Amino acid sequence: MSEPEAEDGGIAPVLEVARLRKEFGSLVAVDDVSFAIPSGRSLAIVGESGSGKTTIARMIVGLERPTGGTITACGGDRSRPARSARDRRRRGSEIQIVFQDPYTSLDPRQTAERAIDEILRLHHGWPADQRRARIEELTELVGLDSRQARALPKGLSGGQRQRVAIARALAAQPRVLILDESVAALDVSIQAQVLNLLADIRDETAVSYVLISHDLAVVRQLTDDAIVMHRGQLVERGLTAQILDDPQHPYTRRLRASVPRPGWKPSRRQLVPAHSEGEVA
Amino acid sequence: MTGAESAAAPARQEPLLSVDGLTVLLPVEGQQRAVLRDVSLQIRAGEAVGLVGESGSGKSMTARAIDRLLPRGAEVQGQIYFDGADVSALSGSQLRGYRNKVAMIFQDPRAHVNPVRRIGDFMTEALRTNLGVPTADARRRAVDMLTQVGIEDPERRLRQYPHELSGGMLQRVMIAAALLTEPALLLADEPTTALDVTTQAEVMAILDELRRSYGLAMLFITHDLDLAAAICDRTVVMYAGQVVEIRRSELLHSDPLHPYTAALAAARPEIAQKASRLRAIPGRPLSAFEAPAGECAFAPRCAYAQPTCLTAVPELTELDDGLSRCSRAAELRGHLEAVHV
Repeated sequence: MSEPEAEDGGIAPVLEVARLRKEFGSLVAVDDVSFAIPSGRSLAIVGESGSGKTTIARMIVGLERPTGGTITACGGDRSRPARSARDRRRRGSEIQIVFQDPYTSLDPRQTAERAIDEILRLHHGWPADQRRARIEELTELVGLDSRQARALPKGLSGGQRQRVAIARALAAQPRVLILDESVAALDVSIQAQVLNLLADIRDETAVSYVLISHDLAVVRQLTDDAIVMHRGQLVERGLTAQILDDPQHPYTRRLRASVPRPGWKPSRRQLVPAHSEGEVA
Repeated sequence: MTGAESAAAPARQEPLLSVDGLTVLLPVEGQQRAVLRDVSLQIRAGEAVGLVGESGSGKSMTARAIDRLLPRGAEVQGQIYFDGADVSALSGSQLRGYRNKVAMIFQDPRAHVNPVRRIGDFMTEALRTNLGVPTADARRRAVDMLTQVGIEDPERRLRQYPHELSGGMLQRVMIAAALLTEPALLLADEPTTALDVTTQAEVMAILDELRRSYGLAMLFITHDLDLAAAICDRTVVMYAGQVVEIRRSELLHSDPLHPYTAALAAARPEIAQKASRLRAIPGRPLSAFEAPAGECAFAPRCAYAQPTCLTAVPELTELDDGLSRCSRAAELRGHLEAVHV
């Protein structure tokens, strides 16, 4: 993996989003959102369904086109679609994403090994024995045994598929890895393994994570900074620890109070009438 | 329940539901494979019991077996008694009546409603067809119940279709529908897992309030130890198709009796502080059929395993006022506390 472009201790942002906006018809899914991720730091985008957090991720990786604003990764603009295969490949080596639902993000005809191999060939052009060794490392890293590595997605559990997706994304050795609720569906004992794994990978490679999550404990474990999204707007930003210890915005406070913990008593929300948030648009 | 009562043997009063030595095998690729192995648990009237475990632990299958919803070809050993009656003997109208008394709500409400039928038809069906309640009366009860679960404008909701409601609201409709037949036991299979965390808090509050006010017992199935501990009187922990611990919920974190329970609690990241390293459990959770015969199923992943753990399947044994399926439970007592690094 190439060294960060900035030689001044990683201050230059590896990813910068400015005045980002996305409209779907009359719905403003993302409303004037700006943030920057310094090289080597990791950012959490916290929010619930409909907050716009996944739309931001999709715009960053080029699956949605912004209505307004700019996205800059490693110094290059990516607000507009890639113009060539080379450009796409370059973008792929900058940012990779692991989606929430591995059932739809893997090619059903590809084994884990072949899915990883494809990325290694495309991005690094390594010879077969070097690819083979790396495939073994990556499948081992994410905790897939040899049978699972040779299985098609339909023969794997959701958690196993997610590990394939993580291994595949890591194969490109990206500067930024977007984790879109990527550990949410994993069993607790496996989730801890994957979170430790992700921490190790960051220590080794200085990859930056953009962790999109509603799970505040996971957010604390993996990120330095956080932004809180609510209905398309950024309502709070700061150090992850600070936001979780001392949330300022009423929505962040409600989110924090909703997390089950010893002695927790669930309560009916008084502030917002149920129907205003209960309806599907 | 009060602290003085026993978690292991809810004595004095006959349990509402009693599961005794339940073993279930399902046909997979032409073979009968175990999904549950010798599961025993009791639920008293009005009591909330958590059922916690990871994938393949058998927690959902236990609920399905209780509600007689096992897939075709399932082989069932052991007994389930509800209100003194053998559940396996029920059929026809008796079985429908039983399911009105033992209602179930699921993780994904959309998979359990007919998308082309209106909410009102769905909600009142059991009342009209099984209990012979006149339609107008059934709708009145549905409106009242929707109000109780905090849904505004209930008349309009009855005329809507499932796709017109958000996941959180549809789950509240499912709870209301389940409560309409005045059940004595609610089987709740991860009912909030698919919901946002603030919506989960709301739905749990509604469930908890109504459960208490109706004196309803509940088996609450979840992968979330913290959630179970917060809302249930007792918690049953399952691993590889077996019950490994039954404990009063408030002692689950501070004084667990099985290494797996402690390991599960310790593996979860904490919201209050970042761990330098999470205490992950090595390996992966086993399904019942993968568990090696003649040894403790958790032993290969257990930090406290000894050679003797691989020579026999430990019995579920009473300890203090809980139950543990660990041959070292007594000697490990007090050393298993789920402390974070």
